[in-house]
Amino acid sequence: MEKARPLWANPLQFVFACISYAVGLGNVWRFPYLCQMYGGGSFLVPYIIMLIVEGMPLLYLELAVGQRMRQGSIGAFRTISPYLSGVGVASVVVSFFLAMYYNVINAWAFWYLFHSFQDPLPWSVCPLNGNRTGYDEECEKASSTQYFWYRKTLNISPSIQENGSVQWEPALCLLLAWLVVYLCILRGTESTGKMEQLANPKAWINAATQIFFSLGLGFGSLIAFASYNEPSSNCQKHAIIVSLINSSTSIFASIVTFSIYGFKATFNYENCLRKVSLLLTNTFDLEDGFLTASNLEQVKGYLASAYPSKYSEVFPHIKNCSLESELDTAVQGTGLAFIVYTEAIKNMEVSQLWSVLYFFMLLMLGIGSMLGNTAAILTPLTDSKIISSHLPKEAISGLVCLISCAIGMVFTTEAGNYWFDIFNDYAATLSLLLIVLVETIAVCYVYGLRRFESDLKAMTGRALSWYWKVMWAGVSPLLIVGLFVFYLSDYILTGTLKYQAWEASQGQLVTKDYPAYALAAIGLLVASSTMCIPLVALGIFVLRRLKTGDAAPVA
Amino acid sequence: MLWLLFFLVTAIHAELCQPGAENAFKVRLSIRTALGDKAYAWDTNEEYLFKAMVAFSMRKVPNREATEISHVLLCNVTQRVSFWFVVTDPSKNHTLPAVEVQSAIRMNRNRINNAFSLNDQTLEFLKIPSTLAPPTDPSVPIWIIIFGVIFCIVIVAITLLILSGIRQRRRKNKEPPEVDDTEDKCENMITVENGIPCDPLDMKGGHINEAFMTEDERLTPL
Repeated sequence: MEKARPLWANPLQFVFACISYAVGLGNVWRFPYLCQMYGGGSFLVPYIIMLIVEGMPLLYLELAVGQRMRQGSIGAFRTISPYLSGVGVASVVVSFFLAMYYNVINAWAFWYLFHSFQDPLPWSVCPLNGNRTGYDEECEKASSTQYFWYRKTLNISPSIQENGSVQWEPALCLLLAWLVVYLCILRGTESTGKMEQLANPKAWINAATQIFFSLGLGFGSLIAFASYNEPSSNCQKHAIIVSLINSSTSIFASIVTFSIYGFKATFNYENCLRKVSLLLTNTFDLEDGFLTASNLEQVKGYLASAYPSKYSEVFPHIKNCSLESELDTAVQGTGLAFIVYTEAIKNMEVSQLWSVLYFFMLLMLGIGSMLGNTAAILTPLTDSKIISSHLPKEAISGLVCLISCAIGMVFTTEAGNYWFDIFNDYAATLSLLLIVLVETIAVCYVYGLRRFESDLKAMTGRALSWYWKVMWAGVSPLLIVGLFVFYLSDYILTGTLKYQAWEASQGQLVTKDYPAYALAAIGLLVASSTMCIPLVALGIFVLRRLKTGDAAPVA
Repeated sequence: MLWLLFFLVTAIHAELCQPGAENAFKVRLSIRTALGDKAYAWDTNEEYLFKAMVAFSMRKVPNREATEISHVLLCNVTQRVSFWFVVTDPSKNHTLPAVEVQSAIRMNRNRINNAFSLNDQTLEFLKIPSTLAPPTDPSVPIWIIIFGVIFCIVIVAITLLILSGIRQRRRKNKEPPEVDDTEDKCENMITVENGIPCDPLDMKGGHINEAFMTEDERLTPL
């Protein structure tokens, strides 16, 4: 006899929880970047095709599994086959990694939000140097927004080897972020609801990847959410709604982000022109205001011929300003959110208001995704009888938050941002592809597609369309295998992995190689989640063999 | 004879004020950048004003109260507008040390800027760095105040939720277990077979038919 499983108060709550989980920071800072890099509007073609062929079927599959099995990821897959409970464990492990590093973004958003209540905004002016005769050197070389991000927020060290100490300001913000997450998940499911280049093969691969990760497949969060559904709810409709809303949010965010790109490009281009004009005016004592954008080239030519020696002296310092090259440099990730956007905001009227609104939005997106993430971890834990009999729900949540927060303090050290990048790039990518692949194969071939189909029909009262069956059994697994093979070969071919380090003396990013122990950490990250699947299967096999004469058939 | 003397004097002056000469400073003005349409033309009257301002700054230095406008020499005026200047001593043979001129200009930079309606960036004295105004720093950083407020609110909310959860659980435990009526019992029990829950009836829509007696009541209790 089991106690009744808590349910969503109404289907809308469930849909909102899924949307809040799926619509996250990736919609704001990853999708517009991909659009920019792979031909703008034409990126929408592979994106929408992948949405229909890969995103919606897999989302529907996860929701259906959760709703049918009515358990978190571990329990759901144990039900399908005890040998496959490793998939659930792998999901939980990946979710745990994500929880550790994702909340750091919320901590940064809190930091910026609290600093938005000042006039002038702290990232719009450079601080003065020691004897007050000029601005701080690092700030001069970079820009004030970059300085505020790299020096004041992160206090970043020049390389990943120099660890530094835990910075108390981001640590406090991280603590607050975890407290907020704990507050939201304290009461369980009931509370989370309120609150997610055509010929270029890379374009297609990136579209597939983006859809995959943007919907949050493979973490077990969707299974967890759906497990709290009424068995009769129409998860097909929900899957389509959630994926469509997720994609339209991405597209909407791109419109805004493109205008920010354009602003940044124009601003930098005009700045560059101004600097070159000033340099030439001062060197050759030309009349002030004589040099404009239009006559710059002519004058340069004239000066080169009239004063060749002086011109050759100053020539190395003259940069070639081009609007196209500025537009080509797209930024993604934390750089976009915390440098480029803040750059745009500081030049707006009433910048404090826009700043507060913007970081509040980032926080909402980030915390919404965190709630889904922690649900993925907590649901299997609270489902397991061993743990839930000893500890109440609040204590389990508290323990998970505490452990993640403690480990997350690593990301607040001076080299923390480099470790953050490692987790961001490697903790979830390959493992998720494998997890979702095994999920799909498990449901279609181990549990049986026909059996699952009849289960769904009994549950929801609706027949399964042929489209979903074809996708689940054939197309989507093939796509995932393709993606997996591509990424593996890409990693192997590129040799040693590199990262971008901030060089304070030059005021810009430089590429460096990862040291050996960082590479080992990356390998461990990927291995610890992917190896769960075969290891648990092996463990269960061994256990079964050890039980004398107990040949329990696979459920 | 007079012409010779005149030439001699200007020659000496010319030697004292030269680009790169000892104790000479280069000044650069960007009038059009600062004032746009309202820019004034740089002529000898403006130069006179400049000399006056430099002399004024030097007069504020102890021991240099006797500096006159004629002691300030300008040369090499370009169309940029930029020029060099030196300050000579009353004998007009030597130039005043650069350090003194530097500190005098730094002290009165604001007044000089205002005389020309320019600022530190548009009226540049090369090699004389200006003192920048530091941003106002409140004693307690503002962000800590806001952080403290939100932190306290979240802690209070968590404590309230935990306490109400404990109270709910205590109330549930206090209720004697036999006082469940049959409807509640059916709702709480979901039979499980092979780890897969069976939901034969949608409990919310079903009714319990009281015509059928439950197992317990068939046998009269002793």
